Amino acid sequence: MKEIVILSGKGGTGKSSVCSALAHIKKDNILVADCDVDAADLHLIMAPEKTLGVDFYSGVLAEIDAEKCTACGLCAEKCRFDAISPHEGKYRVEPLDCEGCAYCYYICPAEAIAIPEQNIGNYYQAESRLGFTLVHARLNIGAENSGKLVAKVKSIAKEQCKKEGKDFMLVDGSPGIGCPVISSLAGVDYVILVTEATYSGLSDLERLWELLDMFKLPGACLINKADINPEIASDIRKFMQKKKIADLGDIEYSDDFPRAIAMGRTLIEENETRWRPVFERIWKTIEEKI
Amino acid sequence: MRLAIASGKGGTGKTTLAVNLALKASTMMKTVLADLDVEEPNGAIFVGGELQNEKTVYRHTPDWDQEKCTLCGKCTSWCAYNALIKLGDIILVMPNLCHSCYACSELCPDNALPMVASPLGTIKQFKRDELHFTESRLVIGLEQAAPLIGQSLNYLDENYDDYDLQILDSPPGTACSMLEAVRSADFVILVTEPTPFGLHDLKLAVETVRQLKLPFAVVINRDGIGNDDLDKYLKAEGIDVWARIPHQREIAELYSRGEILYDKVEVVDSALDEILKKMEELK
Amino acid sequence: MIVGFTSTGEGWDAKIDPRFGRTDYILLYDEEKDELKAVDNREVSAMAHGVGPKTAQRIHELGVEVLITGNGPGGNAAEVLKNMNVKIYIKAGGMGIREAYEAYKANKLESIGG
Repeated sequence: MKEIVILSGKGGTGKSSVCSALAHIKKDNILVADCDVDAADLHLIMAPEKTLGVDFYSGVLAEIDAEKCTACGLCAEKCRFDAISPHEGKYRVEPLDCEGCAYCYYICPAEAIAIPEQNIGNYYQAESRLGFTLVHARLNIGAENSGKLVAKVKSIAKEQCKKEGKDFMLVDGSPGIGCPVISSLAGVDYVILVTEATYSGLSDLERLWELLDMFKLPGACLINKADINPEIASDIRKFMQKKKIADLGDIEYSDDFPRAIAMGRTLIEENETRWRPVFERIWKTIEEKI
Repeated sequence: MRLAIASGKGGTGKTTLAVNLALKASTMMKTVLADLDVEEPNGAIFVGGELQNEKTVYRHTPDWDQEKCTLCGKCTSWCAYNALIKLGDIILVMPNLCHSCYACSELCPDNALPMVASPLGTIKQFKRDELHFTESRLVIGLEQAAPLIGQSLNYLDENYDDYDLQILDSPPGTACSMLEAVRSADFVILVTEPTPFGLHDLKLAVETVRQLKLPFAVVINRDGIGNDDLDKYLKAEGIDVWARIPHQREIAELYSRGEILYDKVEVVDSALDEILKKMEELK
Repeated sequence: MIVGFTSTGEGWDAKIDPRFGRTDYILLYDEEKDELKAVDNREVSAMAHGVGPKTAQRIHELGVEVLITGNGPGGNAAEVLKNMNVKIYIKAGGMGIREAYEAYKANKLESIGG
């Protein structure tokens, strides 16, 4: 089994469209894990059924037991996040402000403070409209994505992939360059980068590659909307040559991308004669590299 | 008035709207734009202008005092972020992981972890024609976006309190850095696009601003590419639409070169006029 | 020499866990005594923050001199490992423990300083 992750650094480059198109091409021999937890959108195209949702717990928040609280105010005085304030003669924690540092829990003289683990979202294992399995997650409002949730989504996907005997696991990776991305890279065989021919596309690609280089992972890059700014596209290609990143070719600016998303379709369903050859060629290049 | 421009999803055109609106507004009233997308500030690419001032912002993290430390190791069990690591007879502090809660420093029985200042990021202040612009940038590798956003808002209070309009370009998503940026605003504009992705992420953003009890309206970008699910949702929820910017290839090309839109594209200019009119009505 | 492995299970038939900080087990092979021992790391791998540095601390406490893993540590863990006397070999993710050990012995694994 080979694990392939798709990353982009910045939003709006067409990463999810590319991911769903590749999944469509290989639909009989693939499993997809959506680790872009902050904007987990693949399920909107894949319209999964038979969904199994499970609560996910991570990190702690402080909770004050009003029965035990003696209203001494020490916790409010010590809290650096101004998350504790008086309420009806006792003290109360505002969950949106609490950072879960547990300082108050250690110092409360009345032992009135608990630090329960928080339910920060759910993860799901489902069967997509096209038949393959999709593992995805959803975070609650204000909750931070974490390496832990990404690790969970990936380990469930991996187990299921083995069980189904599929040869490829495709991971829609997390944005940014922090802990969640590092976690989505664990155990990966190949990285596909989706960028666009804009200034921000190039600068985000450079930052992302710094991280990938640290893990010495092999990768290939695809330039979306290459024709809207040929100069930047050529700068991106120079960067790829310098860093020995394989070239998956360019994709021209096309209204098919937003239209396919709008209709809840993959690009292959949107315009089969145009897109099937493009993505079959891309997939073939990737398969040769692995 | 403080106006936050936010979106549930990245890549919807939030920064483009913030920059163009700020530039246009600055020709009519005293305006400042603050780029609070501290992990990936891109506003400066579009605004440019002349650097007026630069300030380093600090936070406090513990510093290990080897002389005083008795190696009891309690600090490593208190720290909820694993920012303190004991390796034999040394204590390592990992400032990247520290949330500056002060627990280790104040609880240490030997006072061996004094808090010292370390850089959190920079706030740069620019001026382009009549527009004042601040850019906050987090030190690479740090994950504490919210504290820098908090300090940037204080900076606005100190320097631009008498301004008619403060526009905040918020970080994308609905996590704590977005909450920190929008919660001090008087009004929030949520930027979205008429696709299922845009709608899905808009719903999360709407839920968030409602939880914060903030008044808000929506601006639809790339209007015309999708279906009418977005409009149905907005109508059912009774949410105001302040403007629609149509989907045009010309806009994407200008964006790719980092150019300002409203002086070149008529439909953008008239959308900004509508937004400014609505803001006037609020007062 | 004590050789450590990030591992998905408890014995020679387990596989190298490609993850560093969130590895479920740390296996220890004492070459002199020819003994293999498993240490459960699940308490650490289930933490929300800073698992890399914490796992590095445990590897130090366990006296590991050579560590065989998959992707290699992230930035924070690497910072801790710099302060330790441990040689790190990477890209063994997915290999069986025995296979990875033999690859290390045959000088076939990539090292990242330390």
